[in-house]
Parts: sequence; C-alpha cells; structure tokens
Amino acid sequence: MKDRYDVLVIGGGPAGTTAARFAALNGVSVALIERDREIGVPVRCAEGVSDTGLKKIIDINPNWIAATVRKFRFYSPTKQQVELHSKETGYVLHRRVFDHALAVEAVKSGAEIFTKATAYGLTRTENSFSNVLVRYENRERTVQAKIVIAADGVESRIARMAGIRTNLPLKDIESCAQVLAGNVDIDPERIDFYLSQKWSPGGYVWVFPKGDRMANIGLGVNGSMTNGRSAAAHLNEFLDENFPNASRLTTIYGGVPVATNLAELVADGLMVVGDAAHQVNPLTGGGISSAMASGKMAGTVAADAIRCGDTSKKKLRAYESEWNRTIGKDYRRFYRLKEWIRNMTDAEFEEIAAAFQGMAPTDVKMSGIFRMAVKNKPSLIVDAIKAFAGF
Amino acid sequence: MIRVNRETCDLCGVCVSVCPEDCLELTETYLKTDNKICIGCGFCVKVCPTAALSEVNEKEESDERPL
Repeated sequence: MKDRYDVLVIGGGPAGTTAARFAALNGVSVALIERDREIGVPVRCAEGVSDTGLKKIIDINPNWIAATVRKFRFYSPTKQQVELHSKETGYVLHRRVFDHALAVEAVKSGAEIFTKATAYGLTRTENSFSNVLVRYENRERTVQAKIVIAADGVESRIARMAGIRTNLPLKDIESCAQVLAGNVDIDPERIDFYLSQKWSPGGYVWVFPKGDRMANIGLGVNGSMTNGRSAAAHLNEFLDENFPNASRLTTIYGGVPVATNLAELVADGLMVVGDAAHQVNPLTGGGISSAMASGKMAGTVAADAIRCGDTSKKKLRAYESEWNRTIGKDYRRFYRLKEWIRNMTDAEFEEIAAAFQGMAPTDVKMSGIFRMAVKNKPSLIVDAIKAFAGF
Repeated sequence: MIRVNRETCDLCGVCVSVCPEDCLELTETYLKTDNKICIGCGFCVKVCPTAALSEVNEKEESDERPL
C-alpha cells in the first residue's frame, strides 16, 4: 500500500469496486481498502437484481447467476395468492462470486485492492488532501488521497467523519434475517413475497429461488415496528409454520436502509456511495444495481475532478446532481409509497389480494397491484403507476 | 449503556446505522461500544436482528473492554 493515491475507496462491495473501476479506467491512481478478509464475504443480501439494472453497468456472466426469474407471487396474510408474469427478467445472484468478479474488473482497470484494511479516521489537510487513518497488517498508517469515496455500507462512519449525517431514523431501516434454505418446495423460476404485519411488521418476507429446492428465505422488520421481537424470532416463526423441513445452509442478518435520498452525497474531497448513502430502492430494499450505478457516476466524476485539479464539494456535486436527476428521482417517489405501505393493515392486504382473484398471471401488472394498494390515497396513484411502468 | 451479547452478535452493523451519537463501531471481528457517549435511546436494541443488544443500568457491570 502506498502513502498517496488520487482516489481512496473505502469498502469493497459493488458500490466501492465499481467506483474504483471507473475512476481507474479514467486514468487516476486508485486504491480500495476492504475491512474484511475477503471481498464478497460475508454476504448480507437476498441477492436479487434486475437484468436491466445489471447490464447497464457490466456484461453479465452466467457463472454469477443462481436463478433466472420472470414470475412473481404475492401472498396475503391468509395466503390468497396474486401471481404475475413480468416482461422484466430478474436474477438471483451468487453474491460471493459476483462481488469477486467486480473486484477483478476493478483490478484489471488498474485499481489496487487491499483486504483486512480498516479506515478509522479522516481529516482534511489545508492543501486539500484527505488523510485517512488506516489499520493494515497490524500497523497504523496514514494514506493521503485527493478524493475519498465512502462505500463502507449501512454501518458507514466515514461519511459522518466528513460531516455528512447518515444516521438513520428507525422507520428508515429494515432489520433483516435470512437463511439459505435447502429442501424447500419452491418454483425455481418464481420469486414469492409474503405480506403481513404478523410475519414481518413494516416489511415483507421474500423467497428467492437459488436452484433446485433451494431458496434465500428472509424477512425485514421495520425498525419502528419491532415491538421487542427480533427479525430472527420473526423468521423462525415464519419458517416453522411455512417451511418446517427446511435445512438452513446459511444464516445471515443485516440492515437495509429504506430512506429517502441523503441531503448531501458529497463534501470537500469526499463522496458517499451505495448503502452508506442509503442508495437502496426504499420500496423493494434492492440495492445492487443502484450501488453500481452510483459507483460508476462517482468514480467517473472523481477522475474528472482530479484531472481538473478541483476536488471541492462544488465540483463533486456533479455526481450528486446526476444521482438526484436519475435514480434518486425515482427513489423519492418509491419512498412515498413505502411510507404508505409500511402502515397498511393485514385487512388491507387481504382486500388488495381479493381484487385480483381469478385474474390470469399475464394480465396482472405490478403497477396495477400498487395502484390498488394506494386507492385510498389518490395523491400516490401517479407514483404507483410510474414506479412500475416497466412491469 | 449498552451491553453486547458476544455469543449472539452477528457483526451485521444495523445498530451502527441507527445510533444517533456514533457510539458504536463495527470492525471485522468486534462491535465496539463507547458507553461514555451513549444516551440510552435504545434504537440499537430495537433494530438488532438477533436480540444481542440490551440496555443496562450504569451501575451494573459492563462486559466491555475499554476502547
């Protein structure tokens, strides 16, 4: 590890490795440090991503794909089913393999990557450099960078050190638990969602297929609605009742930000990307493609800023405004819907499901389901239609 | 102040994301707590997916090593 880089990326998830890749491709020196011992591990993700979101950033390699899905099924609290067949293709990834591949792409583009390297301090010097305190190989050192990209996940502290408050209110975090379940009776081409305040208050249960009789089964409980019961306890209850014979090949926990956009994504010499910047679809909790999109935007803007010799907040705002104009704009819409749906009752879920009974899956549209969900809230109907226009 | 059950903590970091006072920090192998600045809001206890966190009275013994 050198003492100086143009860009130092903190965190080796999809946001960080993509930022490193695009900064390096644009000709500046880049290092990425990852706290953990291996890029891509531990996986804390349900691993779902859309074909559209993924191929915008990278050529898809079949080795990453555990399952390809076009069918979606929703279960109401009493297990009325609403199924739809989408034009959009979705994938369930092997995140460990996928994240590794993204890191390899970053390295091929010229970025350096170091694992088991932790950033624990950040100060800005008078001559517009950032000093990052890094613990690496049992030694504490200072790495200087013109731009720091904070890609350090939902537990990010780097952005906070630069004065950007990323602390989430309880209603904007989902507390999640998931198992990779084996020996489960599922359709390997269909994603299932269970909506009920009983199983997952203020969230949902997902069943994402991962091949033959295997699935990621997990749930999120809204932070404001946990009522003294952990996500793990909720998941155990769900599995006992619905998949009593499931083996549990992996058990993971984690948090998903379901927030609206951060007020600021940049400071002087600093950019925040991915989960650290709450760049997750607040309605679905999906964050892989938006993390990569923001990484691409940030990496490209960072390289340009360095070439121009101006790493001020004002210059870096090009990234922030690109985000706010594109995905950020959609997510503001989705946030309003999420806030509405978070507070829906089981009776309301039943009512929505009832309205779709007898319909052919090819006639059901995601936008139609959400339109039904917000029918008592006319101001949200346009949001609901636009949110799922492609489905 | 906050007590961490080291047997059940999965080092997932949800608690860090909601702590309004930045008194939690996650490393690869340890969740650090700084009980000197903890205000006892209980947010971290509410969101912990494994119920590994609990609020304890300041007079009770803490399991923490000093930072």
